[in-house]
Amino acid sequence: MNTLAPETFDVSVARVSTRPVKLDVQELDFFYGKTHALKGVSMPFAEKGVTALIGPSGCGKSTLLRVLNRMYALYPGQRATGRIMLDGEDILRPGVNLSMLRARIGMVFQKPTPFPMSIYDNVAFGVRLYETLPKAEMDARVEDSLRRAALWDEVKDQLAASGLGLSGGQQQRLCVARGIAVKPEILLLDEPTSALDPISSAKLEETVTQLKADYTIIIVTHNLGQAARVSDYTGFMYLGELVEFGETGDIFTKPATKRASDYITGRFG
Amino acid sequence: MAVSAARVAARRVSNGAFVVFCYLVTAIALLFLAAVLWTLISKGVGGFSADTFTMDTPPAGSRGGLRNAITGSIMLCGLAMLIALVFGILAGTWLAEYAGNSRYGSAVRFINDMLLSAPSILIGLFVWYLLVANIIGHFSGIAGSVALALLAVPVIARTTEDVLRLQPTSLRESGIALGTPFWTVVRKILWRSAGSGILTGVLLAFARISGETAPLLFTALSNQFQSFDMGHEIASLPVVMFNDALSAYDDLQRLAWAAALLVSAAVLGVTIFARFMSRERKST
Repeated sequence: MNTLAPETFDVSVARVSTRPVKLDVQELDFFYGKTHALKGVSMPFAEKGVTALIGPSGCGKSTLLRVLNRMYALYPGQRATGRIMLDGEDILRPGVNLSMLRARIGMVFQKPTPFPMSIYDNVAFGVRLYETLPKAEMDARVEDSLRRAALWDEVKDQLAASGLGLSGGQQQRLCVARGIAVKPEILLLDEPTSALDPISSAKLEETVTQLKADYTIIIVTHNLGQAARVSDYTGFMYLGELVEFGETGDIFTKPATKRASDYITGRFG
Repeated sequence: MAVSAARVAARRVSNGAFVVFCYLVTAIALLFLAAVLWTLISKGVGGFSADTFTMDTPPAGSRGGLRNAITGSIMLCGLAMLIALVFGILAGTWLAEYAGNSRYGSAVRFINDMLLSAPSILIGLFVWYLLVANIIGHFSGIAGSVALALLAVPVIARTTEDVLRLQPTSLRESGIALGTPFWTVVRKILWRSAGSGILTGVLLAFARISGETAPLLFTALSNQFQSFDMGHEIASLPVVMFNDALSAYDDLQRLAWAAALLVSAAVLGVTIFARFMSRERKST
């Protein structure tokens, strides 16, 4: 990449050099009714790595995330064109089984959303949709998921207690555990720490760092420090376009575009 | 000077006056409530005896109780609530989760709101014409329950819709994000999350129908004897109250007061029990 920071960055050359691509977004346009929210976004997501999406509010980064698991399909009037290749298959194609797709692509939201049931049932909820496991195996799955989400030690004695009784940070890690319990391949995190205090945020970041050994993780964040800490690749978005994409180290130390540079240095956004 | 002492003082006075006014109005409302309760208890308790629960409604001047009316009311309200629960919760769920802003949804919502304030005597007349006069051909407990259910459905549908709409979008989406079919999200996540709100609606509906008299006069009529046959006339506490309170006999009037106290106590008891149960469930 050119280190002399030219004014433009050719996003069509966005590549992840060192790893295979798990999810490849190609020429993606997205519309909320008549509003053109994503404009020709093309972006690769590396397998078993963390990709951060950054940019000012309204730039389309959360929208991109909601396209990746086709959450938008819930709402009439929202539509996407282009291609999103998951292991070589276009997930935007009509006729894709959305349940199976979402089993492969988990999501954690901005605010913790524990279900109104016990901690155990929260984690087992998704598993029960796809598999009928004997009790011992389910117990093991729940424990493993809670361990991976770095929550096991805090809740192992109160698995039957309501998930709503946990603290915000614990609830968010419970949501992570719930997401990974169904053994997805990709995990989408939509500003997962924006509602958490610094200590809980740090714990969640730690969780993310541990999870990336097994999962392809895409994280939307307003916290640039967080993007720098947890991600391998970073995409900078602005007004519905991908302005710049590259290895996180490069984006933060030698951004190619003035906009990215201004955003990262805090001159706008 | 930016801060005017006089203005601050005036604001304190008007604030104080308003608070006093609020207390006063609340006290007046409570006073009437207390008066009603006091009359109910003082007159109702005297009508109670062992006979109340073991004997059927008597003709004037002889021994008797409310047994037929108690079992009748339980059956009428029980069946009505069963019908109303199914229709009310499903209708409310459809309105909140599936209808959106469609024209059909708006029409259903509008009609439901109209039903909510429909005079109960009108409902009684409607069910009388439909079931008693035409389909079944005679008075029956079933017709009574249908009339009561028609009164309960709009209350349950409305509260169910309202509390479901209060559930955060992110809760729905996080269910969907796991690949959960929407109907399963509704049943296993939204209904649970909205449970105590829906319960409030159900209790309101129960409280409303348990004292209804007019629709029963047209449908279940009454019965001097204990009957478990919902296909025929069945006694109920409100109708016994209505008949006996208007009679010229002291003993019948006392029985009517006892029936009134019983209905109030039942509503109160069911409400407290349900609240207790929902709190128990939440804390586990």
